[in-house]
Amino acid sequence: MNQQELIPHLFRTEFRKITSVLTKFFGIDHVEIAEDIASDTFLLAYETWTYNGIPENPTAWLYTVAKNKAKNHISRNRTFTEKISGEIKYSSSGIEEVEIDLSNKNITDSQLQMLFAICHPAISTEAQIGLSLRILCGFGIDEIANALLTNNETINKRLYRAKEKLRLEKIKIEFPNESEINNRLETVLTTLYLLFSEGYYSESQDVVLRNDFCLEAMRLTSLLMEDQQTNLPAVNALMSLMCFHSSRFNARINENGEIILYGDQNEALWDHELIEKGGYFLHKASTGNKISKYHLEASIAYWHTVKADTKEKWENILQLFNRLLQIEYSPIAALNRTYALSKAQGKEIAIHEAEKLQLTDNHFYFTLLGELYAGIDDDKATLNFQQALSLAKTKTDKRTIQERINKIG
Amino acid sequence: MEEYILIFRHEDGTKVASPEQMQIWMKQTMDWIGGIAAQNKFVMGNGLPFADARVVRHNGVVTNGPFGEIKETIGGYIIVKAKSVDEAAEFAKGCPVLQGEGNSVEVRKIAKGDGIH
Repeated sequence: MNQQELIPHLFRTEFRKITSVLTKFFGIDHVEIAEDIASDTFLLAYETWTYNGIPENPTAWLYTVAKNKAKNHISRNRTFTEKISGEIKYSSSGIEEVEIDLSNKNITDSQLQMLFAICHPAISTEAQIGLSLRILCGFGIDEIANALLTNNETINKRLYRAKEKLRLEKIKIEFPNESEINNRLETVLTTLYLLFSEGYYSESQDVVLRNDFCLEAMRLTSLLMEDQQTNLPAVNALMSLMCFHSSRFNARINENGEIILYGDQNEALWDHELIEKGGYFLHKASTGNKISKYHLEASIAYWHTVKADTKEKWENILQLFNRLLQIEYSPIAALNRTYALSKAQGKEIAIHEAEKLQLTDNHFYFTLLGELYAGIDDDKATLNFQQALSLAKTKTDKRTIQERINKIG
Repeated sequence: MEEYILIFRHEDGTKVASPEQMQIWMKQTMDWIGGIAAQNKFVMGNGLPFADARVVRHNGVVTNGPFGEIKETIGGYIIVKAKSVDEAAEFAKGCPVLQGEGNSVEVRKIAKGDGIH
């Protein structure tokens, strides 16, 4: 790897490690200092390596520089705090004795604890996702803005407010108590699930970036699986769901970054290794007596890896959606449930149920109605597709619906 | 939006259905509940098995099962959200329990502000 490739690669893998360890060391109040030190470290790497060449062990080089920068910060800051506020935080040990621990174990622990701190119930979901992308995944502001289809200013503001909130709520970077783990884990899993979805469903043209978001969400999930205390059935179920979804990553996007619908996907492009992994984690998740929404969604995703259009398949998917909707309602689950109903029990029954949903501001609702009426009452089908077209926002959606209308023609 | 409880009343609680029949009912019940949940109107629900039941009377006498002197036996319930009792009654019409002659579903509004909610 040459320098041009190496530094961005190291930035992706090491920035977040350095930031997590330093934030844990300094406390959440000083998360910006940790970020600054990590950024400065990489800046120095750019400058130095360009002239002196890449050091023998680049990671160790980065850690040493980060440690020294942290020590310098402490010594400068100590003079300041001693003189001004009288609060002597680091006085019990000399600067030389301050040890910043960048061992593998402390890196993993710090990242896991940061994950719990960021996914604190007091922090808004939007802020949790922003902070996770920045601090835990090391994405740049540009990249976050690109994937979330917004601008840098919005992301910067969002991150600023999120950090303020972390300070205000005095959130500690620590592992939650055993009695709290299940509750706290629920928020963490929701954030990881959304993080994955941001990548998977993003409308951004940058396919590589979208893929990276998904991979990062999976990496953070595997971080939870590596720790005995958090290696719980729901975590494995989420991982299984992510594997099943990712297996279709290459099949669901064409060369222009546009979505290809499930029915039109080339099965040969499905990643069978990931499908196998999904099955493995779902099996591992099948312990205990609590069924999470991730169990149900992973099972639904499993059935989607079976391409054959059998009644058994759709009857299973229908029952899974029946249960999923009881745990947590969402319009998309309601629509998918009705689609499964039509495949399992026929279009007439499904139309009757679909009419009751009344999701009249949702273009997918009218797309579903159009799909159900097609072949039964083509005029009604066209009317519904046209309604869908008028509600659709993205170019891709509009084009897909227009193609569908043309097909009925 | 109010909450209503739909109580399933079986005319004869001593009837024993075959496992196959039970499975069909289960599936029908799940489809029925799924349809309500798809409208975001489902709150919760439970089946109440006839086995392992007791009736405790005011004089401390305990008898087996909910059967015997009572004509109808409660087999389960669900709680739904609905704008009116009529909407809740519409939900009840789809309940598979009603396939059994003599069975009924009672629709009752859940009281609010009574210290429970």
